[in-house]
Amino acid sequence: MHTALVIAGKDLRQRLRDRSALLMAIVVPLVLASIFGLIFHNAISGRLTFKLGLVDQDRGPAAQAFVAEALAPLQRSGLIAVRREPTLGAARSATEQGKVSATFVLPAGLSAAIGHGRPSTLRVLGSVDATIGTQVAQSIAQSYAERIDTVRIASAATGATAIGAAQVAATPSPVSIADNSTKSRQLDAGTFYAAGMAVFFLFFTVQFGISSILEERRDGTLARMLVAPVHASAILVGKLLTSLVLGFASMGVLAIATHFLLSAHWGNVLGVAALIAAGVLAATCVMALVATLARTPEQAQSSQAMVALVLGMLGGTFFPVAQAGGLLATLSLATPQAWFLRGIEDLTGGAGPGAVLGPVAAILAFAALTGALAFMRAGRLIAP
Amino acid sequence: MVALPLRPATTAQASSENYVPCAWRSPDEADMSAWEVSPMAALRTVDAGVKGAPVGPLVHGPVLECRELHKRFGDVEAVHGVSLQIAAGETYGLLGPNGAGKTTTISMACGLLEADRGEVIVAGRPLTTRSVAAKAAIGYVPQELAIYPDLSARENLRFFARLYGLSAAAANARVEEVLAVIGLAERAREPTKNFSGGMQRRLNIGIGLLHRPQLLILDEPTVGVDPQSRNAILESVEALSAEGMAVLYTTHYMEEAERLCDRIGIVDLGELKAEGTRAELVALVGEHDRVTLEGTGDLEAAARACKSLSSVRAASVQDGGVQLIVDSARSVLPELLRTATDAGLAVSAVEVDEPDLETVFLHLTGKALRD
Repeated sequence: MHTALVIAGKDLRQRLRDRSALLMAIVVPLVLASIFGLIFHNAISGRLTFKLGLVDQDRGPAAQAFVAEALAPLQRSGLIAVRREPTLGAARSATEQGKVSATFVLPAGLSAAIGHGRPSTLRVLGSVDATIGTQVAQSIAQSYAERIDTVRIASAATGATAIGAAQVAATPSPVSIADNSTKSRQLDAGTFYAAGMAVFFLFFTVQFGISSILEERRDGTLARMLVAPVHASAILVGKLLTSLVLGFASMGVLAIATHFLLSAHWGNVLGVAALIAAGVLAATCVMALVATLARTPEQAQSSQAMVALVLGMLGGTFFPVAQAGGLLATLSLATPQAWFLRGIEDLTGGAGPGAVLGPVAAILAFAALTGALAFMRAGRLIAP
Repeated sequence: MVALPLRPATTAQASSENYVPCAWRSPDEADMSAWEVSPMAALRTVDAGVKGAPVGPLVHGPVLECRELHKRFGDVEAVHGVSLQIAAGETYGLLGPNGAGKTTTISMACGLLEADRGEVIVAGRPLTTRSVAAKAAIGYVPQELAIYPDLSARENLRFFARLYGLSAAAANARVEEVLAVIGLAERAREPTKNFSGGMQRRLNIGIGLLHRPQLLILDEPTVGVDPQSRNAILESVEALSAEGMAVLYTTHYMEEAERLCDRIGIVDLGELKAEGTRAELVALVGEHDRVTLEGTGDLEAAARACKSLSSVRAASVQDGGVQLIVDSARSVLPELLRTATDAGLAVSAVEVDEPDLETVFLHLTGKALRD
């Protein structure tokens, strides 16, 4: 064990001086988590709000009905925020400046036209830079127009010649918005990307320890170590220790940093520690297995990067692929990253460490499988 | 008093004239006194208060013994039946061209490579790749630099000292000693990537000396080294050997082997062709001379034509000339010149030399050392 500690100490000293390792382990995941958290804050947390403008040139009952019945419920649900503009010019300006995604223009005489069954136009001014917001506004306007048509058809059927705002308001909207998200397992954006980036880059961080065996072989220092009075297994253990220490340090620093800097809510400390321990072990075993399949350090590093990227994407570290359902969601369960994130989701609801037993067991199974395969090939890795 | 056995040279396939009749010197009293000296006495001259002691008991007998080593890589037999012994205080040179099997031999001798057949005994202990105790007696200096460029010289030395089992305090003291010996004390804190090639070479050797080994194995340590650093390395090896360390030194430079080595083994195609002192090896050539014909034209044809003469023992093309081992240069020279000219060589210069190791190698293998 003394030899393994000496080797791990030397490796860690080298890694601490390697700025790229520090960047990969701490800085890049932290920066990416911050950026993604900011970009996808609303999308991930389900609190998406579209800012829409309104120019009311009608000021009649039809306009009041549109605001009260079509816009107000959506405002209350938080989906839209409405900003009134005094003139069409001001509305155009606000749209162009990005203050609103789109603007409804209720033309003068709208109420009268509807009341007498004459055609009229409810316009939507959309921003080319906010296509989704524009589509939402169009959808709302379309929905309102369909309600008017429904009333008009009903009135014609009963022989009425005019329709009122009250009739329009009483007609149910053909569009309904329901929130079907599973809030009990939903991470906020800050936590999702903090955990996602941490576990994604963990696989890159731990590779330094294992693939350095190949570097040492290339540089002749492995031969020098093998000529020394040490067991070859001690060299392997030293390298694994390096990976484990780097992995724990990286995850620990990121968990603490994202908690304070990004307000990430990781949940119960013991549960998080168990997930991190299992995750670091799995990442180390996976990267060790990949390293045993390579002949050169360059081969190992590119293969490890590929494996880390594929597992990370499939595991949902960038996007919550589990919510997509189907085959993708099933496949994601074959990655330790998916189980790690699932464990963090379980903890965010305030659950204790017992809640992560399932995810931890799944991650450890992954570690055991890949670790056993890596062990079977380890002799090749430390051969001179 | 322990006497080494006298033994014939080992290559059974070679003709009898290729043997050194009695390759091993019987150790005299002077040799025995050398065995009683710590191999690292040279480094103790700058001892900063640390009690230096060689690893393991002092060995009365061969520090290294290789018996009938064989190693094959696929279809290529890299080493074929190599046997050698090195006593304390003795410097043994393995001389041979690139690809002769020198590095494979020393890789087995230091426990880096498992022999297909044969055995290695170091300081009285059998050595395999899995040995631990026997390896403690070996200091290994690989041909290529094997240091960590992002660590300082001190950190490099301290790491390997700890790897060889020195306690933290002993390692620190020993590192300072070695830094002084290799002349890097003033730049000990710098990353070694900033060092010159010569400084890196010195550190490479210093690592091999850290644990006061009984056997120092150096694999072509002067390849790619500037003349000044090369001389410093050779002086260091001489000093270490003089103080009692057994040294196994591989080289393809004849002059290094002649300067450093008490005994030399000539290796070619994985076989130890002959071994002995320089005088013993040169005696193998007998009363022969080396003649070099320089000129332009068909060198190969000239070499072939000359070799067909009864007085020519060996012929090869080297450095733009034809090298010949002849019975008596004075009597055969006219015939040689005529033959070479007839074969298409326009001779511009003729050189006649006393036999040296280069001559011996040509005589034993039929080719030049740097072929």
